[in-house]
Amino acid sequence: MATLQTRASARLMMTPAVVLLLLWMAVPLAMTLYFSMLRYNLLMPGMEEWAGFLNYRFFLTDPAFITGLLNTLLLVGGVLLISVGGGILMALLLDQPFFGQGIVRLMVIAPFFVMPTVSALVWKNMLMHPVNGLFAWIARTFGLQPVDWFGEAPLFSIVMIVSWQWLPFATLILLTALQSLDTEQKEAAEMDGAGALSRFIYIVLPHMARAITVVVLIETIFLLSVFAEILVTTNGGPGVQTTTVTYLVYVQALLQFDVGGASAGGIVAVVLANIVAIFLVRLIGKNLE
Amino acid sequence: MARAVSTRTRLTFTVIGWLVGFVIFFPILWTVLTSFKSEGAAIATPPQFLFFEWTAENYVEVNSRSDYLKHFMNSVVISLGSTLLGLLIAIPAAWAMAFAPTKRTKDVLLWMLSTKMLPAVGVLVPIYLLFRDAGLLDTRIGLVLVLTMANLPIIVWMLYTYFREIPGDILEAARMDGASLAKEIIYVLTPMAVPGIASTLLLNIILAWNEAFWTLNLTAAKAAPLTAFIASYSSPEGLFWAKLSAASTLAIAPILIMGWFSQRQLVRGLTFGAVK
Repeated sequence: MATLQTRASARLMMTPAVVLLLLWMAVPLAMTLYFSMLRYNLLMPGMEEWAGFLNYRFFLTDPAFITGLLNTLLLVGGVLLISVGGGILMALLLDQPFFGQGIVRLMVIAPFFVMPTVSALVWKNMLMHPVNGLFAWIARTFGLQPVDWFGEAPLFSIVMIVSWQWLPFATLILLTALQSLDTEQKEAAEMDGAGALSRFIYIVLPHMARAITVVVLIETIFLLSVFAEILVTTNGGPGVQTTTVTYLVYVQALLQFDVGGASAGGIVAVVLANIVAIFLVRLIGKNLE
Repeated sequence: MARAVSTRTRLTFTVIGWLVGFVIFFPILWTVLTSFKSEGAAIATPPQFLFFEWTAENYVEVNSRSDYLKHFMNSVVISLGSTLLGLLIAIPAAWAMAFAPTKRTKDVLLWMLSTKMLPAVGVLVPIYLLFRDAGLLDTRIGLVLVLTMANLPIIVWMLYTYFREIPGDILEAARMDGASLAKEIIYVLTPMAVPGIASTLLLNIILAWNEAFWTLNLTAAKAAPLTAFIASYSSPEGLFWAKLSAASTLAIAPILIMGWFSQRQLVRGLTFGAVK
């Protein structure tokens, strides 16, 4: 039972963390909100004036935004599909007993620890280069025309790189969930004559459902902010073919110095992320009971 | 009872498992191999897998030419600094929430988590302007501050899930035996909390080391950590695959090893305790 004294000291101990996070969240966000209502360009200092919702109108009706939003959805959706689908298969595979399982698991989770700029540059140059890349050599070996990955399918190329980075995360978490499954249940179903496929669909998959939801939500939060991979491979191009909402805001802020427009875009990004965040926070909150 | 698996099934899965593992690991392996090639051998077609002239010249050159050590130290200072500062702020908070929970503890925890979901790009403009006015752009201290705040929710959460597993009865028993709060913390709580704190430390160093939004946007030459240094290899004229590989290998090796040690904690830390 916590006494009055410990409760007071507990509050004191929480204060720094709470106050700092509150400042970190509230102050910049309030500033972004304020800037988003201004006509404010760093190249024209002293010319700031109230603009109301004009920035939002410009940002939301900018053709680059529509493309950016679509690219964001394709990127997030594509990576989720590959990493979660692949993650389920990988988890099932790693759950089987075989020789050297521990080492294979280490190899499989390794990409998660590679910094984004390294994985993007290694993939773009050493693997996907249309002439000297390894994929080009493999294609030629099989008598096929090498693919100019970043020329022909820039967004898909980025999806592949980011999927490679996130597959380990999905695998690891789904494997953890899979290993907590009671084997007796599976054995009972097997004795009742259930085949491997129906055992997977009716027992394994429902058991993993929660973990899959967690993976999808957490990955979405991080994937909405994918930035470095785009910066070092395509710079959002060609044209705006690989520009996401995050990247668009970066361009407006730090390349065009349009503080007002970038702030409006930032708020739009916050709203998009919040839609996902609400679900995730609820799910985790339920688990806290 | 675990089912007996026939040797043949086991062998089949061994082959498939190793094959898949090899394919996924291959880009990293390829980077390490390329780092020991000459620039000519690095772009050779057909690619040379093992039978090339092994050389360490790329490592020598990366170190001497591009001030690699400076960027490496920046990464060390930024990731270690932000993690330690974060722990300093988070340990008391997590301790209080785990051992003296109130009705609002859960709300506070979830609110902290929600700050992590704020996309960085939403606060890029004000942070950039504040940093510019405070002279914090391209400084290590600036990045330490930003990454501390960015990772604080994860640090609090991880510590909280670990602390919560320490039985509170033991603390009360110690108190009954006349231990003061200081003694209680030093002799009873700390030994039980150290493993949790260590895993939190490890995971957050990894996250901070690989952070590539703030480090790219808030640094130029001086305080740039390895993420930003490697990004400078993206310019076409700077494209030397062997050197890129050497720099990359050096940049990922320490963190990859740490990551392998912390794979269990990773699940817990990144799912905020939702999957264990």
